[in-house]
This record gives sequence, structure tokens and C-alpha cells, in this order.
Amino acid sequence: MDSHAIATEHGEHELHDEAHPAYLRHHFVTVDQQRETASFGMWLFLLTEIMFFGGLFMAYLLYRNWYYDAFVASSNTLGIGLGTTNTAVLIMSSFTMAMGVYSAETRNRKGLMTSLSLTILLGLVFLGIKTIEYHDKYTEHHIPGASFSVEDFVHPTDKRDVPLAPDMAQHAQLFFFLYFAMTGMHALHMIIGISILFVLLFQAYHGAYVNGHTSTIDNFGLYWHFVDIVWIFLFPLLYLISRHPLK
Amino acid sequence: MSTIVTLPDQETARLPKLSYLNSEYGLKSWLLTGDHKRIAMLYLFSITFFFFIGGAFAGLIRLELLTPLPDLVASDTYNKLFTMHGVIMIFLFLVPSVPATVGNFVIPIMVGAKDLAFPKINLLSWYLYVAGATFLVFALVTGGVDTGWTFTTPLSTHYLNTHVITAAMGVFIAGFSSIFTGLNFIVTIHRMRCPGMTWFRLPLFCWSNYAASILMVLGTPVLAITLVLVMLERTIGIGVFDPTKGGDPLLFQHLFWFYSHPAVYIMILPGMGVISEVISTFSRKRVFGYTAVAFSSVAIAVFGFFVWAHHMFIMGVSNYSALVFSLLTMLVAVPSAIKIFNWSATLYKGSITFETPMLYAFGFMGLFTIGGLTGVFLGSLGMDIHLTETYFIVAHFHFVMVGGMLMAYLSGVHFWWPKMTGRMYPESMSQLSAVTTFIGFILTFFPQFIVGYLGMPRRYHAYPPEFQVLNVLSTAGATVLGIGYLLPMLYMPWSLKYGKIAGSNPWQATGLEWQIQSPPLTENFVDIPIMDHEAYDYDWLAHQTEHEVTTVG
Amino acid sequence: MSNTTGPVSHEHHIVGPKTYLLILTALMVLTATTTGAAFINMGVFSPIVALGIACLKAVLVILFFMHIRYSSKVMMLTVGAGFFTFLVLITMTLSDYISRNWGLW
Repeated sequence: MDSHAIATEHGEHELHDEAHPAYLRHHFVTVDQQRETASFGMWLFLLTEIMFFGGLFMAYLLYRNWYYDAFVASSNTLGIGLGTTNTAVLIMSSFTMAMGVYSAETRNRKGLMTSLSLTILLGLVFLGIKTIEYHDKYTEHHIPGASFSVEDFVHPTDKRDVPLAPDMAQHAQLFFFLYFAMTGMHALHMIIGISILFVLLFQAYHGAYVNGHTSTIDNFGLYWHFVDIVWIFLFPLLYLISRHPLK
Repeated sequence: MSTIVTLPDQETARLPKLSYLNSEYGLKSWLLTGDHKRIAMLYLFSITFFFFIGGAFAGLIRLELLTPLPDLVASDTYNKLFTMHGVIMIFLFLVPSVPATVGNFVIPIMVGAKDLAFPKINLLSWYLYVAGATFLVFALVTGGVDTGWTFTTPLSTHYLNTHVITAAMGVFIAGFSSIFTGLNFIVTIHRMRCPGMTWFRLPLFCWSNYAASILMVLGTPVLAITLVLVMLERTIGIGVFDPTKGGDPLLFQHLFWFYSHPAVYIMILPGMGVISEVISTFSRKRVFGYTAVAFSSVAIAVFGFFVWAHHMFIMGVSNYSALVFSLLTMLVAVPSAIKIFNWSATLYKGSITFETPMLYAFGFMGLFTIGGLTGVFLGSLGMDIHLTETYFIVAHFHFVMVGGMLMAYLSGVHFWWPKMTGRMYPESMSQLSAVTTFIGFILTFFPQFIVGYLGMPRRYHAYPPEFQVLNVLSTAGATVLGIGYLLPMLYMPWSLKYGKIAGSNPWQATGLEWQIQSPPLTENFVDIPIMDHEAYDYDWLAHQTEHEVTTVG
Repeated sequence: MSNTTGPVSHEHHIVGPKTYLLILTALMVLTATTTGAAFINMGVFSPIVALGIACLKAVLVILFFMHIRYSSKVMMLTVGAGFFTFLVLITMTLSDYISRNWGLW
């Protein structure tokens, strides 16, 4: 018995070229199948990312509960203006990325390039603001480890801040460890995303993605939106634990 | 002994002129392949290699345990031996065993596709496996790790100066290999089924691998982040798992076991899939209760996420949560038992023959049942307090993993060997190996239940002299077991040159993979098939064979 | 091609700029809201409000920017499964920590 033994469907390969464009891989039967498969694959990858960040969220939830006062004090040292701005920047970049997908689907090369460029720009702005924030933490001696100083927490300068006991103040290191771990992991994903965006921009310049094969842009969009969603949760958890009420 | 093996006439039979093995030549065509069958072969090679390294460590452990005194190796070295044995056997052997070798090879053909959904990612999976394995080998040769495969904190983060980070990195990378394999399988089974192949016409092997893949995709990333935290903790030392700095070591264990419990189902489910196929074929009967077996596979996967803290009963979890996890553990045993009942019902009134895959399958059914039942003992809080961290646990997991999974793996490799290579292995040799393995296994691990119940702790290389007899029995068994595992290493390569030509369906099995040539073409099917019958439809097969004879004659 | 029982191909729906702009506005408003709410002392409800707003934002991104609103049931189930597993991790781990009554048991 050979491969012809069972009833087979004789493919109409030679007859319909539009249905079998050059970008259709050999193991797929239709373009739709290929597109949906790629999308499903990307979603599954995003599920792994949910669980990956999930471990960090769990650690955060536990220690926020155990060392609430230290977490509140530490959170208040993060700049709320910069944090909110970054959130807005990232949401905007999600919008520009979604517009990029729309441009690809409507075969608009210039629109796609503009959208990708704006997304890159906004992403870089985000990372720039993050760098400023990290630098602030460095100068304020809030980076956990050898250089950490409990001074700001034991003897706070702001009258509204409650001074912490020295051992509780030490636990502020846990907050900052999680802050750097979570935002750092997030930033790593942003850097990877921006790098890929440069590649996509280059390809788009040469006419890719606007010929019907929009899968890559669609799926990168999914990745980018996911990175946005992670930040949507990081922002309130890290920056907005309990700000002092306005007078 | 009767047999269902049907081979073509050996005088005139030849391997097919063109197959996936000879369609392209050269190292590059193998190392840069997208063909799921070649990747399966790459995995088969690597996995077997690491199995024997892990086995060598097991041999050293058993050698040390011949005497009650710690006289063969130093304590630190012994810790390294059981750690490396565990890490290699679990992450480099058991987790990829059936999915990456048999699964990769057979699943696309079973669903009627020309390849997996993402061939390049499949190849990436293999390279990630090799990269992870390289890190582990590096950790091994530069001094080893002695944390136990469980990397328990704060031992691993604060009190040891061995190569924890290297080993953790190795496991981290190998984990992504597993994730991508699972991702590939899920998408393939959802989206690449041929016309007519409904979910309930899929072979149960696909259902089992699908369930295992869900666990791989959702569970493994938690292990990844946990290892990252351990690595960060070792380098920066903030105290996220250190009680002296306000951290909780139990947080590590929650995160670690959240993956590692589903991991045991990742390991066993594909093996159960093999057993479904083998038992059906060698009893000439459809699997009893197809729907029950299919849904049980998924149920095992889902419930498997709810029970992890049964590894932590004595670690300091609250009594309330220990109760909850104990209850849920009892529940998770049910789907596994359902499968054993269904396989038994499949055997009932079947035309049973005893070819090698079936021998391994019988071994599986008996040994996995014993292992599973002892798992229920361990799930009950009162028993667990006495039995945990003793050799009872060691015996329990070796019964399910070695008596269960490894036997299922060998069953699968033997079952699909004719399809993968076009050749039959020598039957009497292989049956001897199967029986040797079974006897060796029981001799090795059954005494461990007794010695564990009597109180011998695990991970110790010194023990009270009254346990020596049982330990000697165990080591003797290990020798027999080793022989049983070495024999296939001799006759399988032998069969590549001298084995009988198998033809496309030596077992007279149903299933799409048996309707194409052995070994298959690179693209599996010339035209995508249309599935028009149920799974395990032996009437359809009889009709096919009948039909074939008249047209050829 | 007769593919009655093979995987069903989902019609490809193109989401337009109007929808995206609407969602963008909503997300910006919600961001301002959550930042403002941080300055109001709501006691135990503060984290609930913050997380609630974050979940709402995430749902909007998932449904519209990521097109789940227009996708097949399998996709919706997949996303649901992911979040469900995440919730299992959080809630069942917390069930241990919440029920620890150190000193009393």
C-alpha cells in the first residue's frame, strides 16, 4: 500500500493561482488556514507570557500584603507624573500599532510605514522615561542591594509620610526588587518589540505586508498589545498603591 | 505464540525508493530540516544519549546504597549524583520523551497533515533542547549541582556554592523547548486536521498529547520565572525567598510546584496515549469508551493544575489549604483510573497477542496502577506526614515514571519503529528485553516501598543497617534493569541494517500513519486524505485489505 | 473544496479607525480616572477600584485592539483559559497565605 491507498482530495493547485500565492507554505491548504494558524500560535505564545509574568505578580501580591507600609512608602517615591505619562504613551502606541494593522489590511503602504514609525517612536519615548525613572532610583539610593539606603523611609522628608521602623524599611528593598524585576522584564519585551518593529519597517518599505499577507503585522500587533496590557496592570500596582490624598 | 504481524514477502520486499530518510543527503539537510520526522529522529538520538547519562548516575546511587555506610562517595558528591540524575531524567528525558520523538513523528500524519503547523519552530525546539542540555552538561563537568532537582530555597539561593545558576539556566532553556513543542501540537491538532477528521475521529494518542501540550504551554512558563527569581536571588540576594530578610521560602515552592505537578502529567499523558494505541491494536478492538478516555485526558490536564501543594504538606502551608489540596488530589486520581478501566475493558474479549509493544503496555498497566494507588496514599494527609521525604515517595514516582512512562515510551518506540525506519526489530530479543525490564524494575523499586514505609529517608546515602537487605535487593534489581535497557541499544541499531522489511502496516493497525509507506515520504501524503471512518475501525481496515488484494491480484 | 468537517475558516473582519479611536479615548479616560482615584482614600476599596479599572482597560485592548471581539469561539476560549490558569495560580496560592494563622494552629 502506498500513499494513494486512501481516498484523497485532488488538490486544485494548478487551477487557482490567487488561492495559492507565493507566500502560502507547502503544508497549508489555504491562505485562511495559514493565517488563522499563525494567529492561534501567537495567542498561545501570549498565554505563556501571561503565566510567565504571573509568577512575578504572585510574588508582588504576597509581599505587598506582608509589608504593606513599606510598599506604600516605596510606591510613593515613584514619580506619578512620569508613570501616568508612560501609560498614556504606551496606550497611544497600541493605537498606532492597531492603525498599522488596519493599513496593512487596506494595502496602504505609506500608512503602514507611518504607523510603524510612530509606534517605534512612542516605544522609545517610553523607554526613555523609564531610563529617567531608573536613574532617579539610582541617585536616591533605592536600588536594592549593597547601595540601598533606608534613610528616606526611616526619616522621610515629606511631613505627610509616616516614618517606618528600620526592619520594615529594609523590606522596601523587596518592593524595589519587584519593581525592577517586573518593569525590567517588561522593558526587555519592549526592546525586543522595538527591534522587531525596525525590521518590519524595513520590510514594509520594500513592499511587504500590503500584498494580502498581513499575518506578520497582525501577530506582531498582538504581541505589542500584550506588552501594553502588562503595563496596564503594572502601573496601578506599582505606582498607585496609596497616594496621599490631595489637600 | 500467535501474532498479528503481517510482513511483505521478504524475498521481494524492498524499502521504498524515496522516503524522508533519503530525500536529501548531508549534515545540513538534517540540522536545518523542517521535516517533523527528521526532527523526531534528532530528538530520539539526543534523548537516548541523555537517558544513559542519567542512568549512569542512577547506577552510582544504587552502588553507594549497597552499604549502610557513606563509603563510596562524599555527602556533597552524593547530593550531586541524585540531583543530576533527577534533573537529567526529568527535563532531558521524560518531559520530551514521547512528545518530541513519537509525537513529532506521528501526530501530523495522524491528523492527515503534511507537517506540523510551525516546522521552523519545531526545529527551534530541538536546538533549545540541545542548548539547555549543554548548560546542564557544563554544570555537570564543572562540578555539578547538589540542590536536588527541586532547587529548594533557601538552600539553592543562599547556602550552596555549586553551579546552581548554570543548571537553572539549562532547565530554563529546555523549558522553552517544551513550550514550543506543546504550542505546535495544539495548533496542529486544532487547525491542520484533514477533511473528515473530526475531533472524535482522532486517535486517542492525539487527545493525550493535546492535553499534555496544554500543560506544557500554561505550566512551564511559571517554572521559567521561578528559576529567573532563583538566579536573581543568588546574584543580588534581596531576600525574596530568604526568611532572614522577610522573604518566604514557601513562595518558591508554590511557584515551583505549580509547574512541577502538571509536569508529571506532561510526562505521563503522552505515554497513556501510546497505551491507547497499542492496546487497541494488539487486542484487535476499538478502545472501550473512546469519549471517556478522550475527556479523561483533558480532565487530568485541568485538574492537574489544582493539586500542586500536595508536595508541600509538611512544609508549612496552612492546615486549611492542605485539606483543600488533599481533597483535590483524590479527585485527580479519578480520570487516570477511568483510563485504566477503559483499557481493561478494551482487552476484555479482544484477540490479544503478545508482541513487544503489548508486553510493555501490560507492564505499564500493572505498574502504573500500583504507582497511582500509592499516590492516593500519599495524597491523604495523615499518611503523607509519615511517608513524605522517605523512599516510599521515591518508589511511588519511579513506579509511575519508570514502570509507567518509560515502559510506555519503549512501547511507543517499538510500535512505531517499523513506520519510522521501515524495518522490524528482532521480536524475540525485544520480548526478552521487555520481560527483563519488568523483572528488574520490580526488584529495584518494590523494596523501596517497604524500606520507605519503615522510615528510610530519601536523599541520604547513609542509612540504619537494618535496611541493608532491601537496599541490596534494590541494587541487584537495578543491574537487571540496566541490562533490560541496554539490550535495545544493541538490537535497534542492528535492525536498521538487518531487520525484516516491515511494509506499511505490519501490525494491521488502523490510523492514517499505517496507510502510508514505511518510512513515509517527506510530505507524508501525496494528496491530503479524507477521513471517512471512526478511529480504531477494524472493519474498515478489513475492507481495505480485502479491496487491496483483489485489485493487486 | 469540500471541507465540511475540517477546521472552519473564520471570516476576516477588518476593524476600522473609528473603533480604534473610540477605544483609545476610553483608555485615556480610564487612565486619568485611575490616577485620580489613587488620591482618594477609599480604604479597602482602593485596590479593588484600581484593579477593576485595569481589568476594564485590558478587556478593551483584548476585545478591540487584539480583535477577539471578532474572532472565533476557539480564540475566546483560548484567551479565557490563559487568564483562568493565571487566576488559579494567584487564588490557590493566596488561599494558603490567607488561611495561615501563625501562632494559633
